[in-house]
Amino acid sequence: MTTELPPGLALQKVDERIMTLNVGPQHPGSGHMRIIVQIDGDYIVACDPDPGYVHRGEEKMAEYRNYITNIPHLERPVIHDSCNILYPYVLGVEEIVGIEVPERAKYVRVIASELNRCIYTMYWLAIYGIFLGHSTMFMWPAGDRELLIDLMEKMTGARVTHAHFVPGGVRNDLPPNFEDVCLRQVNYFEKRIKEYAAVFYDNPILISRTRDTGVLSRQDAIRLGTTGSVLRASGVDYDLRLKEPYDVYDELDVHTNVMKEGDSYARSRVPWLDMMESCNIIRQALQKMPKSGSVRTKLKPNPKGKGLNSVYKRVESGRGSLGCYIVSDGKTEPYRLKMSVGSFRNLIALPYLLKGEKLGNMPSVYWSLNYWPVEADR
Amino acid sequence: MSSDSEKPSVDVKPEEKSTPPTKKPEEKPVDLPAFEKGISEKIVEKFGDKVQVTFVKVNRVGINVGRENVHEVAEFIRDGLNYDHVESVSGVDYPQDKEIEVVYHIGSYTDSSLASQILVLSTRAQREENPIPGNDATKLPTLRDVFYSVEFHEREIFEMFGVYFEGHPDNRRLLLPEDWADLPPLRKDFAIKGR
Repeated sequence: MTTELPPGLALQKVDERIMTLNVGPQHPGSGHMRIIVQIDGDYIVACDPDPGYVHRGEEKMAEYRNYITNIPHLERPVIHDSCNILYPYVLGVEEIVGIEVPERAKYVRVIASELNRCIYTMYWLAIYGIFLGHSTMFMWPAGDRELLIDLMEKMTGARVTHAHFVPGGVRNDLPPNFEDVCLRQVNYFEKRIKEYAAVFYDNPILISRTRDTGVLSRQDAIRLGTTGSVLRASGVDYDLRLKEPYDVYDELDVHTNVMKEGDSYARSRVPWLDMMESCNIIRQALQKMPKSGSVRTKLKPNPKGKGLNSVYKRVESGRGSLGCYIVSDGKTEPYRLKMSVGSFRNLIALPYLLKGEKLGNMPSVYWSLNYWPVEADR
Repeated sequence: MSSDSEKPSVDVKPEEKSTPPTKKPEEKPVDLPAFEKGISEKIVEKFGDKVQVTFVKVNRVGINVGRENVHEVAEFIRDGLNYDHVESVSGVDYPQDKEIEVVYHIGSYTDSSLASQILVLSTRAQREENPIPGNDATKLPTLRDVFYSVEFHEREIFEMFGVYFEGHPDNRRLLLPEDWADLPPLRKDFAIKGR
């Protein structure tokens, strides 16, 4: 890319050499999103992502519900990562209504959040595999994901949308003997995902389809404001768990995985490395967690915000930084709630990455953005 | 059933309106975080009374700028203070003030001392009662030439609030259907059915 980025992403004027294709929605190469691409022979000359309108009602609906009843529906955009998408909202509400969290609850939250990150990444990895026609990589993560889903079911009672985080802590305490089961499952899980390297990441077919495709330079990754694994695969060491630690992340030993290449291969490998880091964090948290104590500060039935106030809280989710901006006017429901999500922020890079690529590489570039279609138009 | 249970909550609302003014003066002047105060002082020193510091909290600095100065201030934030990307752009509708507030949350990847900081830059656009998005006075200068990362965010604000960003290279809809002919949906006077 040149120093000056091209203005806009507008499609080219139609000329007889150039063909316009609608890829998706509901297409094996695009998921729920429609990507309008213009191709010249085999090469993409312009691309216009059209995220659509599925869950945008979330932000509007939040203005009609009070702080507590917002919880179960705000996690819908990313049901596989429901703890992380609630996390900034819950942190924000705690600041708005002024409430402290018990120490044990903070550890429980960290464990739930890391388990959810793995659950999401395994789902993403499964789809990345099947997009590239690699059906082993679809079946293995989809099966191994069950281990962690079972753990979350033990912890929260629900398999997918947990609604576990509430202002003031978490909804329920851990079940008896959970620590031992969790440690055993996580150790097995880590051993299992290490085997993925042999079948997927060292696979010459994957390497030939992802190496040097969709290269995003460090400078452009910063300027386009990308986040999460896309940013770290381009060589920027930025992880909110380290840079702006929330709850107990500053008491744990957290490392981030950074790769310099910035191509699809690096972008697909960083989340996999992050899963192993998550296993480390869970083990540390299980060890350091207070063995007893309260996990929830009781809240008044219908909490109000303190006057005209606004907070912006952010956490690191499976897809990068996840921010929640809450404006309160002293009532029981938010005046305005805005979620800033990683998928939407990373989407801006797609037209720049696809330009000049072969159409056949579109799925591998597009899905390496760690994109969750429903989250972008939450 | 549901409409009956919701009606009382609507009636309660007017009573609560009196709480914000009484609570505001209670906030005591606490010790401001020194680093964040330094950032806000730099901006005030440079622009004087063109900018207004709205809050200084831990890791957050909020400033409010008039719409004619927002571009100039954003350039200073990028070049003078090393903030390099916009995380989020939010619109907040204030029908009673006849204004729509647009809030930029600006962060930094390159400067490690700013890694945990977010600068909240807010500006306000005039609000029209009967909006014709793109062809009325609800306009703001774009920051796309300062921060590339606002490209999709500003398109989102355009269709959700009807705020037109002058100078944005690609002023098209992003999320709504092509035949959308109703009010911009995140304005307060767009009501959800049955509520």
